[in-house]
Amino acid sequence: MSEYDVVVVGAGPGGSTAAKSCAEEGLNVLIVEKRQEIGAPVRCAEGVSKSELASLVEIKKRWIAAEVAGAKVYSPDNTVITLSAEQAGNEVGYILERKIFDRWLAKQAAKAGADILVKTAAIGIEKDGEALKIKLRRAGEFFDVTAKIVIGADGVESRVGKWMGIDTTLKLNEIESCVQYLMTGLDEKYDMDYCHFWLGHSRCPGGYIWLFPKGNGSANFGIGVMPSMAKETAKYYLDRFLEAEGIGMSKVVEVVAGGVPVSPMEKISTERCLLVGDAARHADPITGGGIINAMRGGKIAGKVAAEAVRKNDFSARFLSRYDKLCKEDFGKTLERNKILQKKILKMKDETLNNLAKSLEGYRMEDMSVTGIVKELIKRNPKIFWDLKSLFL
Amino acid sequence: MPDRGRIVVDRFKCAYCGACVSVCKNNANELVETFLTIDDSKCNCCMLCVKVCPMGALSVKS
Ligand SMILES: Cc1cc2nc3c(=O)[nH]c(=O)nc-3n(C[C@H](O)[C@H](O)[C@H](O)COP(=O)(O)OP(=O)(O)OC[C@H]3O[C@@H](n4cnc5c(N)ncnc54)[C@H](O)[C@@H]3O)c2cc1C
Repeated sequence: MSEYDVVVVGAGPGGSTAAKSCAEEGLNVLIVEKRQEIGAPVRCAEGVSKSELASLVEIKKRWIAAEVAGAKVYSPDNTVITLSAEQAGNEVGYILERKIFDRWLAKQAAKAGADILVKTAAIGIEKDGEALKIKLRRAGEFFDVTAKIVIGADGVESRVGKWMGIDTTLKLNEIESCVQYLMTGLDEKYDMDYCHFWLGHSRCPGGYIWLFPKGNGSANFGIGVMPSMAKETAKYYLDRFLEAEGIGMSKVVEVVAGGVPVSPMEKISTERCLLVGDAARHADPITGGGIINAMRGGKIAGKVAAEAVRKNDFSARFLSRYDKLCKEDFGKTLERNKILQKKILKMKDETLNNLAKSLEGYRMEDMSVTGIVKELIKRNPKIFWDLKSLFL
Repeated sequence: MPDRGRIVVDRFKCAYCGACVSVCKNNANELVETFLTIDDSKCNCCMLCVKVCPMGALSVKS
């Protein structure tokens, strides 16, 4: 039986970054990925902030599908708010090619010294004296490896937390149910220098519709709806919207589906266990974006795991420093955005229209959610009285 | 388990995304590559997976 300091379950951006971080700290680390191909099928719209990504990895052209200069947000009555970095003359966002990006990240982890096994699912964990016995199934064969710590980076389907005593089961108001088409020939109708977002409870209950350009007139056209609020499936609402926009279904090159957790958790570590990325519900409740936080959390997880190994302390108490570090890094924003999300979900389409109108004529340069909300609060102090202290 | 029917997967609709796995507190749903399995002995037919499925691939059969 192989012995590792750390076993990472899942080779998404969170798992690969965590494994790389462990390996760089000198730990003996294994990543297991149940799929035979890392990064495929994709379950993502692939949009990230340029500056945030650049703070984590060196940018490589081969996994950038497109760059965007800003975003256009459409209220339910199609009032457009344009968020643009034009003044700065700078592109602000990347649309990744995650099939390539995820593999590249896994290779970076391997280069740093991590072992990787694909087509290998973790199917259970037993406490085995002073270590963990991670039960694996590889192409139909069963075997175990031991680890001092397990890092659960197993995405929205996560089981690692549950096996280790953290209930990560999502409720119907804690997840966005998503479907997306990668379509071509969209450049005649939409400005491909921008990401586009459509809001409105009647067209996308509890979520939004997006178009993220991927170059050469193609784009990820998708929707997320909150199952507790939606009467029909995500696919139903997307198809209905596309029909209303006059977009035919004859140029679809890929169908993507998925779930995004949009409700942060209090506890993301326990004895001998750290959760990373979607498994830790680190996706943003407002945007559903989770790539960057998965990577940030992964980096922190590697450092904390290394400290634990050096001190030979794998207690829940010691590892709770991971929770604290994540909270300081990005967890506070998640909690704040959860409060904002709850408020927005209660707003009628009419209110959203009025809010969009309140921003008319304003040149929005701060592209972040915080930037937009700050401006909304200034212009609509009565509606947002309760969020003032959180954002200003 | 009370006999409330069982969940069936429409293989032609399922896009093997794993959303259904995430809402199952009994770990009845499991995705192996593109093949979704539902363990009837663990499933209590709470219907959450039916409601979360973006593709409408799950339904209950009595
Ligand atoms: C439709 C859609 C659009 C999105 N758009 C964006 C976006 O534009 N920008 C953004 O930042 N985020 C977006 N997200 C969210 C983003 O995809 C996730 O937050 C991100 O992938 C999380 O990374 P991760 O490493 O935590 O998990 P994942 O990337 O999901 O990786 C988890 C991995 O674990 C593996 N695994 C699961 N169980 C096991 C097991 N038992 N054994 C071994 N391996 C296992 C899985 O096969 C998978 O490869 C979107 C999500 C969806 C569904």
